[in-house]
Amino acid sequence: MFLKEKLFLIFATTASLLLASPAWPQLQIEIVDGVEGALPVAIVPFAFEDAPVQPETPMHEVIAADLQRSGLFAPIAVEDMIDRPSSPAEVRFGTWRLLKVDYVAIGRWVPGDDRLSGEIQYHLVAVHSGRTLWSRAISAAPGEIRLRAHQIADAIYEELTGTPGAFASRIAYVKVANIGTEQEQFELVVADSDGFNPQTIVRHSQPILSPSWAPDGRKLAYVSFATGRSNVVIQDIFTGQRETVSAERGINGAPAFSPDGRLLAMSLSRSGSPEIWVRNLDNGRMEQLTNHWSINTEPAWSRDGRFVYFTSDRAGRPQLYRVGRDGRGIERVTYEGQYNSRVSVDPYQGLLAMVHGGDANYRIAILDRESGRMRVLSPGRMDESPSFSPNGRMVLYATREGERGVLAAVSIDGRFRQRLVLSDGDVREPAWSPLMR
Amino acid sequence: MKPVLRIFYILVLAGLLSACASQTRDLPPEPQPEAQPPQQPSDPVEVDRLDPTNYTDSRNLPNPDSILSQREIYFEFDRADVRPEYLPLVRAHATYLKANSTARMELEGHADERGSREYNLGLGERRGNSVSDLLAAEGVSSRQVEVVSYGEERPVCRQSSETCWERNRRVEIVYTAR
Repeated sequence: MFLKEKLFLIFATTASLLLASPAWPQLQIEIVDGVEGALPVAIVPFAFEDAPVQPETPMHEVIAADLQRSGLFAPIAVEDMIDRPSSPAEVRFGTWRLLKVDYVAIGRWVPGDDRLSGEIQYHLVAVHSGRTLWSRAISAAPGEIRLRAHQIADAIYEELTGTPGAFASRIAYVKVANIGTEQEQFELVVADSDGFNPQTIVRHSQPILSPSWAPDGRKLAYVSFATGRSNVVIQDIFTGQRETVSAERGINGAPAFSPDGRLLAMSLSRSGSPEIWVRNLDNGRMEQLTNHWSINTEPAWSRDGRFVYFTSDRAGRPQLYRVGRDGRGIERVTYEGQYNSRVSVDPYQGLLAMVHGGDANYRIAILDRESGRMRVLSPGRMDESPSFSPNGRMVLYATREGERGVLAAVSIDGRFRQRLVLSDGDVREPAWSPLMR
Repeated sequence: MKPVLRIFYILVLAGLLSACASQTRDLPPEPQPEAQPPQQPSDPVEVDRLDPTNYTDSRNLPNPDSILSQREIYFEFDRADVRPEYLPLVRAHATYLKANSTARMELEGHADERGSREYNLGLGERRGNSVSDLLAAEGVSSRQVEVVSYGEERPVCRQSSETCWERNRRVEIVYTAR
């Protein structure tokens, strides 16, 4: 954690010194469908007069954009604010009541012992009761401002919804540049949850797919064709250190870390057809969980690590199944629809998101196994690779616009959807990281 | 090496020279295009003697008149069985491999974009395996054939339409040694 923050600080500081405006291609977020009844809040510009460096993007903008993207909040425009308090004593409740705002978030930079670092003191105030819900402080250096803003947005989200926020988490995705040409390049990119700070962690002319986060948020497992064949690789995001964990004959695909991070489920066809295998990352021991001539792939662990969900076409068409961690008790999970695959397990409630469809229409659907209810969340036609946010409120997925791949996110009730558009290239295979605290 | 290109450069140069001249004067003589080199050194007598149905002869691998020059096998959606019209193609390559024991073949399995990527990796491999199984049934040694699946990662056509998907659902035969 210490090393990570240090690296981040060095990176961010260097970047802010060298670049007046970020030159990286970034994800742009457009809201496709909105929600009625979002909570009106005011994120007042944080007082930064005493800060050594002004942040590239003001903190209140990052926080307001996060909250707005969740679909649950409607931050008011800064121009509409009558005053700009930065401490609870300065909050005049009458003016905020006039603006029909329910909650006000305020904050300021307070210098520390050395000139560069300091802390951000921030407060959340309830307008109707006139109470300060909490007053907190978080250490900060100039390069950490965006991360701190996401963490404050997480705190506000959790206080007002009862669910942890996921704004300080990250996303991984595959970007393809110069698609269809001799210079085609596959890149594995890691970015903040709002698409900022994209960093390419590996780049190759051969395909890259299926990124999967380790539960500590430090490593990614993925499939690389760098050798001309599919291999499973684990890479440390911060050091760049890479290890090939499976390069067997045939397919080496679909890596998925167990919830404790000690096991890696994969789909390997070394025995003839793709089967689910589990590798113990401590001692390299391999266990085979399925044994069937069909395609068995896309493993995903249950939250408690006792089961592995997977895709199999053993009944003719691809459907979801579940097998015990010991390879026993295989049961079919999906019956509705002719094609169900690529499951993602909700880390919060245990819902299952999947690719659902048939023929020429593939959408993202959620199955609640307790009620047996299947809910289609996305419009199609070529939607794939669903990945739950770590707080279980949103599903990130890949879709197509014409010939171009883009990412989209939808709330689990299907009421709120947004599109994440990269300025260039084809984007696919998103994976949302675990919560990082 | 590229006579057409060379002529183009000469013409461009001539054009630039004439454009530079500010006064009216006689144009330099047109450069004579170089004589075209003879066509690819393919002896017509030899082509006539090459029997395109002789599937043991490596000269038929690039011969468009021979079925050995065909390297793509196409599949139905979510299916991996080789359609009967491709059996002569597979048998021709089987004959070649049996007659040329040092020849090595890679069967690249591909899928269209529909459905999930990892499942399509499995489907591409299954298609490669069905061609490989047919070759084995014809008596080809398993040491000569290797299957690699690219799933939907290497499409030849990128539109979301049936005409495109048909072309992407394929096995490509690649000779890594002839």
